[in-house]
Amino acid sequence: MSSILFIFSGAPHTSLNAQEGLDALLMGSAFTDCRLLLIGDGVTQLIKQQDAEQIGRKNYTQGFAALKEYGVTSIACRQSDLEDRGIASSQLAIDVDLLDDSSCRDWLESADKVLNFR
Amino acid sequence: MKFAIVVQGNPYASQSCHSALSFAQAVVDGGHEILRVFFYHDGVLVANHLTAPPQDELDIGAAWQAFAEEHDIELVACIASCLRRGILDETEAARYEKTSATIAPGFVISGLGQLVDATINADRVVTFGA
Repeated sequence: MSSILFIFSGAPHTSLNAQEGLDALLMGSAFTDCRLLLIGDGVTQLIKQQDAEQIGRKNYTQGFAALKEYGVTSIACRQSDLEDRGIASSQLAIDVDLLDDSSCRDWLESADKVLNFR
Repeated sequence: MKFAIVVQGNPYASQSCHSALSFAQAVVDGGHEILRVFFYHDGVLVANHLTAPPQDELDIGAAWQAFAEEHDIELVACIASCLRRGILDETEAARYEKTSATIAPGFVISGLGQLVDATINADRVVTFGA
């Protein structure tokens, strides 16, 4: 069965897109092997202790911690996108792989299908 | 070749929905098959039966309806996205005690499983982003 690589590239609370991307990933994990790659502003979705309720939004980012239970164990960030934004991996809510551009390309090439959410 | 098409963009605020329709037409013209078109995020707004764009602008919802009818293609709008944005079929309108259904003919409301199913079973998945 096809594996699916989900790519999240948008900031978390500026629109519903990021939250709906995580919904799709959780659904996908019930059907097939899914991986998650966060790039660009998408890496900010993983910053821990976000309190979106202060701006009237749901704290959906807590859902990332549940991914392991859903069988999604391959989760990675593009390292330079974290560095560009001054984010250390210790500030992230979950353990992720840090990928250089060449490794990102490998992830893309090894996926059967890619779904983008920005 | 079997294609799945994912449409995420607002039909009138972005070009996504129109580009997707042009691509879908090219897929059919090229002799390929469209497994399903899945509308997600603001893309589901194209299924709003209540939109009435100016007469000198393209009615993109009607264009999708005509395309789907001509080629017998399934247009699926994500239920979670729809409910947030006021796109309801008769069942959901009754469930949430709303005065009317708002979904346009030719579109059906269903779950994210339809997105995953199309992604797995298509040879190619093409996303038109938000």
